Amino acid sequence: MTLDVLYFAWLRERIGLPRERVETAAATVAELVEELKAREDRYAAAFADLRAVRVALDQKLAGFDAPLAGVREAAFFPPMTGG
Amino acid sequence: MRVTVQDAPFDPGAEAAAFTAAAAGAGAVVTFTGVVRGDGGLTAMEIEHYPGMTEAAIRDYAQEAMTRFALTDVLVIHRFGRLLPGEPIMMVATAAPHRHPAFAAAEYLMDWLKSRAPFWKKEFRAGSAAWVAAAEADEDALRRW
Repeated sequence: MTLDVLYFAWLRERIGLPRERVETAAATVAELVEELKAREDRYAAAFADLRAVRVALDQKLAGFDAPLAGVREAAFFPPMTGG
Repeated sequence: MRVTVQDAPFDPGAEAAAFTAAAAGAGAVVTFTGVVRGDGGLTAMEIEHYPGMTEAAIRDYAQEAMTRFALTDVLVIHRFGRLLPGEPIMMVATAAPHRHPAFAAAEYLMDWLKSRAPFWKKEFRAGSAAWVAAAEADEDALRRW
């Protein structure tokens, strides 16, 4: 499947791009993260501590165990600091 | 109900006056304005957001507040982009028949916006820049709701 993957804040800076199209066979978010980490050091560094990473699938907050079937957009970002 | 996510500055006084004028019969209007702190040598702040998700998430929380506290109206304005110390970052206004639900709804919305609306703040000081870390206290604040 093809996914748009978005990165925000320091994840965007560490990986070096705001979004990319990813061809993946991953069934879950956790599997997608493992695929990305295996690509290059900058991904491994960005995803080194998943306690500091949040996920949204099609713009709704989700967990790392969430399935990717039918998902078009996945986003990774640090804990939010609005207000 | 109005939710606005914008890079342009806004005038909290004018927004409060317009919201109050439109809330005729509500009995209670509470407003909160968040301002960029200038302490610790802060020279600027940059706020990043997730276009689309940010607006949708705030609308969900605003709708939840309308229902939960039986508000007659709610307003949320939140800026993104580069801001200077003293500039308003965001404001919340709530209108209700009586003051208690108006105060409670404003606090509820602020607690949710702090840690569940997709915004990320970066602080700039002389020669350095750092992303703001999420505060444990902000996460704790959500548990009371």
